[in-house]
Amino acid sequence: MSHLLEVNHLKINFKTYGGEVKAVRDVSFHVDKGEVLAIVGESGSGKSVTVQSIMGLIPTPPGIIKGGSIRFQGKELLRRPKKELRKVKGSKIGMIFQDPMTSLNPTMRVGKQIEEGLIIHQRLSKSEAKKRAIEMIKLVGIPNPEERYNQYPHEFSGGMRQRAMIAIALACNPELLIADEPTTALDVTIQAQVLELMKQIQEETKTSIILITHDLGVVAETAQRVIVMYGGMMVESGTVFDIFENPKHPYTWGLLNSIPNIDEEEKKQLEPIDGSPPDLFAPPKGCPFAPRCKYAMEVCLEEMPSEYEIDGGHVAKCWLNDPRAPKEEELVALGREEW
Amino acid sequence: MYIVKRFLTMLLTIWVIASLTFVIMKFIPGDPFASDADVLPEEVVENMRAKYNLDEPIPIQYVLYIKNLAMFDLGPSIQSETRTVNDIIASGFPASATLGLQSLLIAIVFGLLLGIIAALYHNRFLDYVSMVIAIVGISVPSFILAPLLINYFSVKWGLLPVASWGSFQHSILPTLALATTPLAVVARFMRSSMLDVMNQNYIKTADAKGLSSFKIVLKHGIRNAILPVVSFIGPLFVSLITGTFVIEKIFAIPGIGKYFVDSIFNRDYPVIMGTTVFFSVILVFTLFLIDISYRLIDPRIKLTSKGD
Repeated sequence: MSHLLEVNHLKINFKTYGGEVKAVRDVSFHVDKGEVLAIVGESGSGKSVTVQSIMGLIPTPPGIIKGGSIRFQGKELLRRPKKELRKVKGSKIGMIFQDPMTSLNPTMRVGKQIEEGLIIHQRLSKSEAKKRAIEMIKLVGIPNPEERYNQYPHEFSGGMRQRAMIAIALACNPELLIADEPTTALDVTIQAQVLELMKQIQEETKTSIILITHDLGVVAETAQRVIVMYGGMMVESGTVFDIFENPKHPYTWGLLNSIPNIDEEEKKQLEPIDGSPPDLFAPPKGCPFAPRCKYAMEVCLEEMPSEYEIDGGHVAKCWLNDPRAPKEEELVALGREEW
Repeated sequence: MYIVKRFLTMLLTIWVIASLTFVIMKFIPGDPFASDADVLPEEVVENMRAKYNLDEPIPIQYVLYIKNLAMFDLGPSIQSETRTVNDIIASGFPASATLGLQSLLIAIVFGLLLGIIAALYHNRFLDYVSMVIAIVGISVPSFILAPLLINYFSVKWGLLPVASWGSFQHSILPTLALATTPLAVVARFMRSSMLDVMNQNYIKTADAKGLSSFKIVLKHGIRNAILPVVSFIGPLFVSLITGTFVIEKIFAIPGIGKYFVDSIFNRDYPVIMGTTVFFSVILVFTLFLIDISYRLIDPRIKLTSKGD
């Protein structure tokens, strides 16, 4: 079965004055139809760069696509001419950005911004496009759509703007929606509303979604599959169940341990992951997480772990999963701290 | 109402400028008849001073001046007895205004174009070309450019008239000479503003919609980038229609600049005050229009004052 989107061995560097930053180092994943895939990881782990490259939004220069392929509906996107790529952008793949405050053009009416895609991709007339834009405004739960259509972004609240962004992204009924931290810049209550909206729309339209977030709570609620990224690489991937119930990478353990739990009986200190992310100018030759990992072994610093398939589709890139490696319990018994 | 308020402020500004001009002028040593006083009998000088109210105490002079000003009467010229200041402005202003407007148009159209091109090809060949043009435009003064233009277009190639005023052909060279510097300034302004805008998130949004680069620039870029340039156009406009003295002199254009400068040398009080007030009225009114145009360009700017 062919996947809706298939990313293989993607490598992206950025040229800076300090040298080349290896932002994405060999990332592969796929998205199927109707699926919600979450990509989690801390800032600088390469999540945004990965998804922006799908849309051809990485400015080159300074960005350099070092290799790999991105296939959407079986067709390669990476080396496609700009003009061809534009037919996919906005029509078959929609994108929502992190900061709704700056992602809308301040001098253009919101309705017009929703219409733009419709007019170029679906060749709708002005009146048809307006009708559809008003429908979209209604769909994303903004009251008084006719009135809102004529307003400017500064007349919208943050949550409303993100709804308007969703309307823009979904206007042409895309097959795939890329949401790059859609709720990070919003209030907690608004976050929940926007997520609820995305979930509801996903259920209605069966649009596939790539959801980037660093909020694991969001992942648990919305996604079916999860990719954990660290240092420009994918360290673990699997179903939500795999990742939350049977995580196999110490970084994932660390992430899970740093979520506050309201149901916890006894008060527990939240556990941060000590240290800082690797220097991507000169990434370590071994596992990028090794310097921060409580279970790091000699091999971790020396050699990049290969991908270990735990069971169908659950993959972790960690030496601990090697049959030769000691079990975590043994390491703890040997004096290592427990996650 | 903001516009009414703004209009009243405008009148106040003009009054302040008129009064300041009056005060400053009174500080200029000597008076219009200082040189005549040596050769003419005292009574004649007395009479002349009386004609222009110069024998009155200064406060009275001020009141008379403001009173006439309010009725758009800028008074008689001292130097040329047959003409009033109103006449002088009426005869000189059309040429200056034509020249100024033409230059402004060229400066804005080509300046914006150059700036946009430079921004879109940031750090590439076209950017460098545009900025070299801009730097040359800023550094070469119009009084150097004007003779150069005359030398080539008129003397060597015989394409355009050397000087004087009349047909459109006459206006081409002075317009070019006058437009170059503001064109360069507009280009630099627009370039930096455009560079800033093209890095904004909403440009990425537009890109993600699948818009062509041309449409992105046209519909999302320019309107957002043009605001700083617009604020610069007001003073530019005024300096173009007034500060053309050098160009008017080189091309022998019967504009208003010549009278303005001559009046200062001649201590022609009414002309100094008249032209100054006239210029400031234009400036203040242009700024008023520009304030209103902000609202049309950027909906975030409201035409209401805080209290409304």
